[in-house]
Amino acid sequence: MPEKKKLLQVQHLKQYFKSGHDVTKAVDDVSFDIYEGETFGLVGESGSGKTTTGRAILQLYKPTSGKILFEGKDVIKMHSRAERLAFARQAQMIFQDPFASLNPRMTVEDIIAEGLDIHHLVKNKQERRERVEQLLETVGLNKNHASRFPHEFSGGQRQRIGIARALAVQPKFIVADEPISALDVSIQAQVVNLMIDLQKKQNLTYLFIAHDLSMVRFISDRIGVMHYGKLLEVGPADDVYDKPLHDYTKSLISAVPVPDPEIERHSHRLSYDAQKEEMDGKKRTMHEIVPGRFVRCSDDEVQHYKDVAASYEK
Amino acid sequence: MSERILDVKNLKIDFHTYAGEVKAIRNVSFHLDKGETLAIVGESGSGKSVTTRSIIGLLAGNAEIMGGSIKFHDQEMLNNSEKDWQSIRGNKIAMIFQDPMTSLDPTMKIGQQIAEPLMKHKHVPKKEAWARALEMMKAVGITNAEERINEYPHQFSGGMRQRIVIAIALICEPEILLADEPTTALDVTIQAEILDLMKDLQKRVKTSIIFITHDLGVVAGMADRVAVMYAGELLEYGNVDEIFYNPQHPYTWGLINSMPTLHIEKLESIPGTPPDLLDPPKGDPFAPRNKYALRADVEAKPPFFKVSPTHYASTWLLDPRAPHVEPPAEIKRRWAKYRELQAAKSNS
Repeated sequence: MPEKKKLLQVQHLKQYFKSGHDVTKAVDDVSFDIYEGETFGLVGESGSGKTTTGRAILQLYKPTSGKILFEGKDVIKMHSRAERLAFARQAQMIFQDPFASLNPRMTVEDIIAEGLDIHHLVKNKQERRERVEQLLETVGLNKNHASRFPHEFSGGQRQRIGIARALAVQPKFIVADEPISALDVSIQAQVVNLMIDLQKKQNLTYLFIAHDLSMVRFISDRIGVMHYGKLLEVGPADDVYDKPLHDYTKSLISAVPVPDPEIERHSHRLSYDAQKEEMDGKKRTMHEIVPGRFVRCSDDEVQHYKDVAASYEK
Repeated sequence: MSERILDVKNLKIDFHTYAGEVKAIRNVSFHLDKGETLAIVGESGSGKSVTTRSIIGLLAGNAEIMGGSIKFHDQEMLNNSEKDWQSIRGNKIAMIFQDPMTSLDPTMKIGQQIAEPLMKHKHVPKKEAWARALEMMKAVGITNAEERINEYPHQFSGGMRQRIVIAIALICEPEILLADEPTTALDVTIQAEILDLMKDLQKRVKTSIIFITHDLGVVAGMADRVAVMYAGELLEYGNVDEIFYNPQHPYTWGLINSMPTLHIEKLESIPGTPPDLLDPPKGDPFAPRNKYALRADVEAKPPFFKVSPTHYASTWLLDPRAPHVEPPAEIKRRWAKYRELQAAKSNS
């Protein structure tokens, strides 16, 4: 396999929020890489910091410390307007709530074309219109939808508009924050299939954030599992799902309901106690247990996880 | 053998809107036996919530029941006055709503909220009601209940609030518990805990549950029987194995096929969107989105064809005159598994 290019490197990212004297460590020393053309899935429960991580990467927050290298350049250190604009063109976002993320007073054309205007990507009105119509067709909408307003669309259609908006500036990288969790099952599949299609055609790289583990596994090449602001495990999607190493990953996966009564009847849930790991005072960092699979653990726990990994191979 | 406690027959519900009459529920019939869990699955707008709310007399002001009957034991619920409803709600039939953030009163101590149904319906004195509330809090897994009984909803997390809602619903030991997407707003690990808790309490209190959800994974783990709704109609119903391993209606196929499971390579999405219920289709409501639909499905409403004594589906594909159609690969895999399960059952 040829060496894959790292598009994004997140290194020791910390994002703390202060409220009064309290400091919330929403993201606490998280490091991972995303390769060009892949989908990296970030899973975790609410409050795990997965959304904050995605937003910090796109500079929607100002990270407390750490580095975010996009094509080798640290985006946190980009201060000039030109640099930041150039990054914004490369990296776009699809939001969770298709009802809140579209301005109700703008037409679909204006919503989709906002990025085109900001980055001066179209010369005149006619070109703008053509580009919008082309984008609408790309995401499976009708081109005469351009003059309508968001309220005239269903949830799935709105999410398609959100995708068209993100695609308008021809980005390389898209952060999709729970893009399907507000949609019905049959519509979820439509949107996921659309995202997979677009990725193939336009060589997009996704950071796919979700709490629906089965869907994340389906769309992702690799998965990172977050809990209480920390990244606990990273690895290829099927491995993380079928052969979880970290106890938290095990408990999370055992809790996912499977649409198969026989499996459900014979499943048992594993519980995870975060306290044990928090309180022993050991310093934990990411260690590579087997090639491509990382777990956050202390030096003396590495062997334990190697044993866990080996036990799956028997 | 099993005692029937609820019988819904040919229920029709319209919503009066500015745009016209929305025919939200059209000829829905189902029943509920003592101690069982019936799951109603369907997408938003399928009418699963409206159907359930009609059982507890909580329809919106612009809704009107146009026909049918809802029998709770021998009592015809559609003749109930508001006063009758009040004596049933929270007492014999209780409901858990989707959003635990909005279904509790923020200004009331949670002890009071749990004890209230007992004091109101069973005329239990306050002191005793609070003692029972405390017991109930422990039963639903709220730690430190002695202190927390005096706290307010905002002091609890989402999962804990849903436990409180369950405690309120079950304190009078209702005969029917209506659970409308009770875990949709929760994280998977919390969801698993709440579902286990519900199963546990169901055994103890011997409640029948109507469980509304769009998550087939949850259904597989919770339900004894499953009813599939679409666009205000029931399309297929049967026991849980029959629906998951021997589905007959193409909409059920589509639902199962759009869930990511181990065996699926590409998600089969159902194209299009549900029909407009201002003018519901005259045939099978799913026919316009159904690539397996026969001309008959579009033109005339299919009757319920009997698949087994407990399993019925409304599609012309089951008519003896219908041509053979090849279902999706995942469905064929499930059918094969069904035959295995049947064979194993007859052997044992």
